[in-house]
Amino acid sequence: MFSRDTWIEIFITMSKNRLRTFLSGFTVALGIFIFIVLYGFGNGLKNQFQEFFLDEATNVLTLFAGKTSMPHKGFKSSRQIRFQNDDIEEIKLNFNFFLEDISPIIRRNSQVSYQLESDNYRTEAIAPSQHFFEKNVLIKGRFLNEQDIINRERYVVMGRLVAEDIFGLKENPVGKYISLGSSPFKVVGVFKDSGGDNEERVLYLPYTTRQLLEKNNDYVDQIKVSFRPELGYIGAIAFEKQLRNFLEEKKSINPKDKKGIFIRNVAKDLKKNQEFSRVLQYIVTFVGFGTLLAGIIGISNIMVFVVKERTKELGIRKALGATPKSVIGTILIESIFITTLFGCIGMFCGVFLLKNLGTTLAEDYFIKNPYIDIYTAVFATIILIIFGGIAGYIPAKRASKIKPIEALRDE
Amino acid sequence: MIDIKNLHKSYKMGNSSLHVLKGIDFKADEGELVAIMGSSGSGKSTLLNILGMLDLADQGSYYLDNIEIKDLDETKAAKYRNQFLGFVFQSFNLINYKNALENVALPLYYRGISRKDRQKQALDYLEKVGLNQWSTHLPSELSGGQKQRVAIARALVSKPKVLLADEPTGALDSKTSTEVMSLIQQINNEGKTILVVTHEKDIAKMCKRVVVLKDGVIVEDKKINQKLIH
Repeated sequence: MFSRDTWIEIFITMSKNRLRTFLSGFTVALGIFIFIVLYGFGNGLKNQFQEFFLDEATNVLTLFAGKTSMPHKGFKSSRQIRFQNDDIEEIKLNFNFFLEDISPIIRRNSQVSYQLESDNYRTEAIAPSQHFFEKNVLIKGRFLNEQDIINRERYVVMGRLVAEDIFGLKENPVGKYISLGSSPFKVVGVFKDSGGDNEERVLYLPYTTRQLLEKNNDYVDQIKVSFRPELGYIGAIAFEKQLRNFLEEKKSINPKDKKGIFIRNVAKDLKKNQEFSRVLQYIVTFVGFGTLLAGIIGISNIMVFVVKERTKELGIRKALGATPKSVIGTILIESIFITTLFGCIGMFCGVFLLKNLGTTLAEDYFIKNPYIDIYTAVFATIILIIFGGIAGYIPAKRASKIKPIEALRDE
Repeated sequence: MIDIKNLHKSYKMGNSSLHVLKGIDFKADEGELVAIMGSSGSGKSTLLNILGMLDLADQGSYYLDNIEIKDLDETKAAKYRNQFLGFVFQSFNLINYKNALENVALPLYYRGISRKDRQKQALDYLEKVGLNQWSTHLPSELSGGQKQRVAIARALVSKPKVLLADEPTGALDSKTSTEVMSLIQQINNEGKTILVVTHEKDIAKMCKRVVVLKDGVIVEDKKINQKLIH
C-alpha cells in the first residue's frame, strides 16, 4: 500500500489534477489559517485587557466622600461628608495591621503656563505614595517626598505629555518655574505612565500646598490606601469593612446609609476582571472550535465532491482490477497527504502573520501581541488532518463498494 | 473456455422486480469470436456484465477456463477481472488525465508489475494497435477510433483469457468501425477468445458465431461464415 509505485501513482494523479488538488488544499490551509489568526486575536484581546488593569496597583482601596441620605445622631439627611487630614492620621494609627501606604488626593483643574505656553491641566494634590499607587516611572528629576509635604513646598512633578506640551521635546523642565493658576511652582520631576495619555497629562503637587492655597483648610477629596498584598482577597474585604465602620462612626453616618462613604476596592474589581478575562477565554475557545468545525465541514464537502467527481475513474480502475482496498488507499493517502501539506502551510502562514502583527493592532482594535501557543496550533492542525482523513475515508469507502458497472454508467 | 448454465438475473425496480435473464445456457471454446445480438432490453449487456464479473448472477453456474466463478467478493472479483478478462466499452472509458501509454499500462499496475516493465509492455501493445506514435497523447487528443484502439490495447495488455467488448463500435462511424473490427479479427486469429455485444448486423457478420438474445433467453445460436476484412 505504501510502495514507491503507489506514491508515484498518487503524485501523478495530483499533478494532473492541479485545480482539484489546489482547491482541497486551499480549503484546508484556509481553515487552519483562520483558526490560528482568530485564536491569536482572542489572545491578543486578552493581553490588552490585562494590561489595562495591570497599570494600577491591585492592592488599593479608594475612599470617596458623598452626601448622606439618612439622618443620624441629630444630623440631617443630605449632609456633605468631607475627609480631613486627621482622618488620614487616624487611619494610619488604627489600621497598622492592614495598612501599607496612604495618600489623600485633591483634584483640581488649573491653568498651567510657562513663558508663552499655557494650557489647562488636571492637577492632583497628593502624598508621595500616590506615585506608587499609579506605578509612575520617573524619567527626570525626582518624585515628591515627605519633606515637601511637611514644608508645603511649591513643587510639581509633571507627566511626560505635560512636559512635552509646555517645554517641547528639547528643554529640560526640571528646575524651571511654571505658574499654576496664579502661583509659581518649581518643576522637580517628570514621569511616564503606561496607563495611557490621560495618566501622563497630569501634574502632582503636595496636598498640604494645595490646602495652603485654598485658605489653609484641611479638606481632602479622596483617600487612597494600600494594604499589605499578602492579606489577599479575604483580607481586602475585611479591611474595607472595618475601614467603612470606622469612618461611619467617626463621621456620624448611619451604618445603613450607602451614600455617605463609597469605597472602591481594586481587589474586588480585579476579581471581576479575572472573571471577565475567563469569559473572554471561553469566547476565544468557542470561536476557535467554531472555525475548526467550519474547516472540517469544508474539507468533508470537498472530499465528497472529489470522490463523486472521480466515480467514473474509480469504476474504470475497478474494471481493470483495482481492489476495494487499493481504491480506498489511493483516495485516503491522497487526502491525508494534501491535508498534511496544506495544513502545515496554513499553520505556518497563520503563525507568521501573528508573529509580525505585534502591537500594530493595539491602538485601534485592542489586540496586542496576538499569539497562539505552538501546542494549540499543532493540535488543531492534527485534528484537521485526522478529520480530513475521515472525511476522505467515508466517501472513499462508499466509492469502493460501488459496482464498477454503475460507476461506468455515471456520465 | 466459457461455460454457463441456467443463468438468472433480475433487477429490483422499487417494489417490482425485472427478470432480465431467464435461464441462459452458453458455451464458448477457446479462439471463438462470438457476436451476442439482441434489441435493447434483451439482456445482452447484462449477460456480458455477469461474464465480466462486473455484476453478479442470482442463480446458475459460471465456469471460466474450468474455474468456477462463485462467491465473489469485491477483492476476488477484482483479481479475476485483472487476470482473466479484458474489457472494451462503447464509450472507451479511458482515464482522461492519463496519456495513451499510461492508460494501457494501468491494468499492469494493479497486477503489481514494476513501472519500467509496465511501460515496455504497454508500448508493445500500443504498437500492436498501431498507435506507438501516439503514446504520449491524452485521450482528448485522439480520434474515436484511436481511443478505441487504445482501449483494446489496454484490454489485451494483461494477456486475458477472454476479451469482452460491449458495443465496441457503437460510438464510431462505419469506416472506423470496420477498422476496429479488423483489429478484433486479427487478435482473434492469434487465438484470443472474444465476445462482442452488438445490435448491428454488419458487425455481427464479421464474427464467427452469432448468438441472439430475446427477452432474456437465447433464441438463436449459429456459426456463420465470417466476413473477413483485410
